[in-house]
Amino acid sequence: MQKNFTQLENFGHSLRAPAYLIKPANNGEIYSAFQLAKKTGLTVTARGAGRSYNDAALSGGGIVLDMRGMNAITNWDKSTGLITAQSGATLEQVWQKVEPDGWWPPVVSGTMKTTLGGCLSANIHGKNNFKMGTIGEHVVEFSAILPTGAEITCTPKKNADLFHAMISGLGMLGIFTSITMQMKRIHSGLLTVDAFPVQNLHGQLSSLLDGAPNHDYIVGWMDCIAGGKSLGRGQIHAARYLHEGEDPNPRETMQIENQILPPRIFGVFPKSMLHYFMSPFMNNFGTWGINTAKYVASLRRHTFRQPHAAFHFLLDYVPDWEFSYGRGGLIQYQSFIPTETAESAWAEMLKLSQKYGLPAYLGVTKRHRPDKFLLTHAVDGFSLAMDFKVTNNNRAKLHGMLQEFDRIVLQAGGRFYFAKNSETTSETVKRFYGEETIAKFKKLKKRTDPNGLLESDLYRRLFG
Amino acid sequence: MSDSPRPAQATPLNPRRRGIIIGASDGIGAALAHKLAKEGYTLALLSRRKDKLDALCAEVNSFANETRALAYIHDVTNYDEVPALLTRVVADLGGLDLVVYMAGVNFPPGLTSYSFEDDRKMIEVNLIGAMAWLTPAAEMFQSAKTGQIVGISSVAGDRGRIGNPGYNTSKAALSTYLEALRNRLTRHGVNVLTVKPGFVKTDMLKAAQGATPFAITPEKAADDIYKAMLRRKQLVYTAPLWRWIMLIIQHIPSVIFRRMSF
Repeated sequence: MQKNFTQLENFGHSLRAPAYLIKPANNGEIYSAFQLAKKTGLTVTARGAGRSYNDAALSGGGIVLDMRGMNAITNWDKSTGLITAQSGATLEQVWQKVEPDGWWPPVVSGTMKTTLGGCLSANIHGKNNFKMGTIGEHVVEFSAILPTGAEITCTPKKNADLFHAMISGLGMLGIFTSITMQMKRIHSGLLTVDAFPVQNLHGQLSSLLDGAPNHDYIVGWMDCIAGGKSLGRGQIHAARYLHEGEDPNPRETMQIENQILPPRIFGVFPKSMLHYFMSPFMNNFGTWGINTAKYVASLRRHTFRQPHAAFHFLLDYVPDWEFSYGRGGLIQYQSFIPTETAESAWAEMLKLSQKYGLPAYLGVTKRHRPDKFLLTHAVDGFSLAMDFKVTNNNRAKLHGMLQEFDRIVLQAGGRFYFAKNSETTSETVKRFYGEETIAKFKKLKKRTDPNGLLESDLYRRLFG
Repeated sequence: MSDSPRPAQATPLNPRRRGIIIGASDGIGAALAHKLAKEGYTLALLSRRKDKLDALCAEVNSFANETRALAYIHDVTNYDEVPALLTRVVADLGGLDLVVYMAGVNFPPGLTSYSFEDDRKMIEVNLIGAMAWLTPAAEMFQSAKTGQIVGISSVAGDRGRIGNPGYNTSKAALSTYLEALRNRLTRHGVNVLTVKPGFVKTDMLKAAQGATPFAITPEKAADDIYKAMLRRKQLVYTAPLWRWIMLIIQHIPSVIFRRMSF
C-alpha cells in the first residue's frame, strides 16, 4: 500500500493531500478497494480528472480511486442520440464521438477534461443552465457500485430517490460505473455569438435576464477591479444554435479538426508556454491593466460565428493557465443568488473585496434555474464565480473576507456549489441546504454505505 | 487515539502540515512538539507513557486553542504494530509531511562493566525501532515524491568511546542508516535530516556520567532542529559548537584516543 501513496492536488494547485491511489479497471477492483478500506479502517473516494477547485476529489491519508482507467464509450446510437460510457470517460471523448454525427452534449463544463462521473457527482451546469438545467436532467440511466458490493441501476423512475441523490451527491453514496445520456441534435458545428459590453452590475444582470430567453447560451465576464459607477462592468457573450439550413456546410463545420482549439497562436507561438507570460500580470495592478484593455476592446458590439468547442471550453484555451497564479495557486468562490437579491449582495461583495485589496482576477456570471436534485446548488437567479490568487501573505485575510461573503450570500437566500467553494463550513452548509435535506441525504447514505466507507475531504468538511 | 476532537480539515486558505513524532513525551520530543504546533503543524505524538503524553497533548492543544496534537500509545519495540499504526495515524492526520524519529534510551554501563541486556535494549529502541518506522515512511515519501524525515542521532555516534559501547554503536548505525536513506530519497524530492545533539538538559542527561559541557535546553535544541528542517539541511549539530568539537574528536588518532578516559 505504501507504494501507492501519491501526492494529489486540487485543480487550483492550492491544496495538497496525499492518498493511496488505486486505478481500478473494472467493478471487481472497485469492490476490492472497498474491502481493503474495511480491513485497514480507511475511507474511499473516487476521483475523476481532478478538476474540482476544492477538496471534492481529495482524501488525505485515505484510498482514492483514479476512475480514468474505466473510460470506454460502450455504446453510441447516432439515430437516437443516446450515448453510454463508463464513468471515467471525459466530456472531450463524448463530444468528439457525437459531434461528427450531428449531436452535442446538452450540458458541458468550462473545460472538456472533466469525467462523466465527476460531472454527475457535482451535477455540473453550463452556460445554458437557465434553459437546459444541469447535466443530471439529461441522464437517462446510470449504474453504480455501492460500498456493500451491490450493483444498482437508476433512472428518473427506477430507484428515483437514489437517482436524484447520487446525481449531486458528491460521490458519497456510491461510485458511478456506467452512464447513459441523451445528446442534443445540432445542425452546424458553429454557434452565432453576440458580444456586447455592460457598463455596471445592474447592466450585467439585466442583460443576462433579458438575453437568456432569446439565446441558447449566455455568460458574462466581469471586471471585478473596476469600482464606482463601473462596479460590475464587463462583457456578455450570448450564443444560439444555427437552424437547419443556416450553415451551408454542416458536415464540414462539425468535423473535430474544425472544432479543436489550435495549439499555437498565429500558427507560431505555442500556447503551452502562455501561462509563463501571464504570470507577471497576476497581481492587482497587472489585472487592472488587462481588465481595462479587455473592457475597452469589448466596447465594439459584434456578432460572429464560433465552433462549439471554442465557445464552451474557455478554460482549455490556455493550457495549464492555473499555474500562472504562482506557488500558492488559486481558489474559486461561486455563489448562486436569487434574481431579486443578487445585485445588492454582489455589489456589497465586490466593494468589500476592493476594500480588502483582494479583488477577484476573474469574474464570470451566468443565469440559472432551480432543479430537483437533492443537493442542488441552483436558484432562480444568477451565479457569480470569482477567482482569487492565494499567497502565503493573503491567506488569513482572504479567509476572513470569504466568511463575510458567506454571510452575505446566506442573507440573500443564496447557495454554493461544491465543485468550487473550498472554504465553506459545515455551519454554512446546514443553513442553506436545511437540516431536513441533510438528514435525508445522510439517511440515504446509511442505506447505501452502512459502514461509512465513502468519504472525501469535502464530505468531512461539509458534513463531518 | 487521544480523546481530542478531530483536527480541522485543511483548506487552501488553512493548509496544514502534518507530522509524526515518535518518542514525544518529554525532552527534545516534547519541546519539538510545542515548536512545530506553534508553527502550524498538526501532529501525531507517540510514546509509551500515557500520562505524560496526554498531558503534553492537552498543553499543546490548549495553547493553540484547537486540536493540533493527537496522542498514540506505542512501544517502538512492538515492530509488528508499526505499519497498521502508521496507516491509522496518516488517515487521522489527513496526510503526512514529516516523520521525526526521536525515541532513544541510554544505559551507560560504567567504564569497566558490561551488559548485553542493556546494549540490546539500546539497539532495539534507538536503531531497530527507527528502521521499523522509517522503512514504511520512506517508501511512502518516495512514492509521493515529497516529505521530510528527521532522525535524532547523537554526537555519541561519531566515535566509539570507552564509556558506552552500546549507545555509541546504536547512534553510529542510526547515522549511517539515515545517510543511506538520504542518498536514496533526495532524488525523489524527500529530505532526510540527521540531528546530532550534544548534551541536552533532559532526563537522559541525568543518567550520564562525568562532565556535561555546553548543555543546552530542549527548547534550544528544538529551535535548531526546526531551523535545519526549514533549510532542508542534511545534518545539524545542536548546539552548533559540537560540529567543531566532534571534528577534532573524530581526528584524534586511535593511539591517543584509546588511552583517553572519555
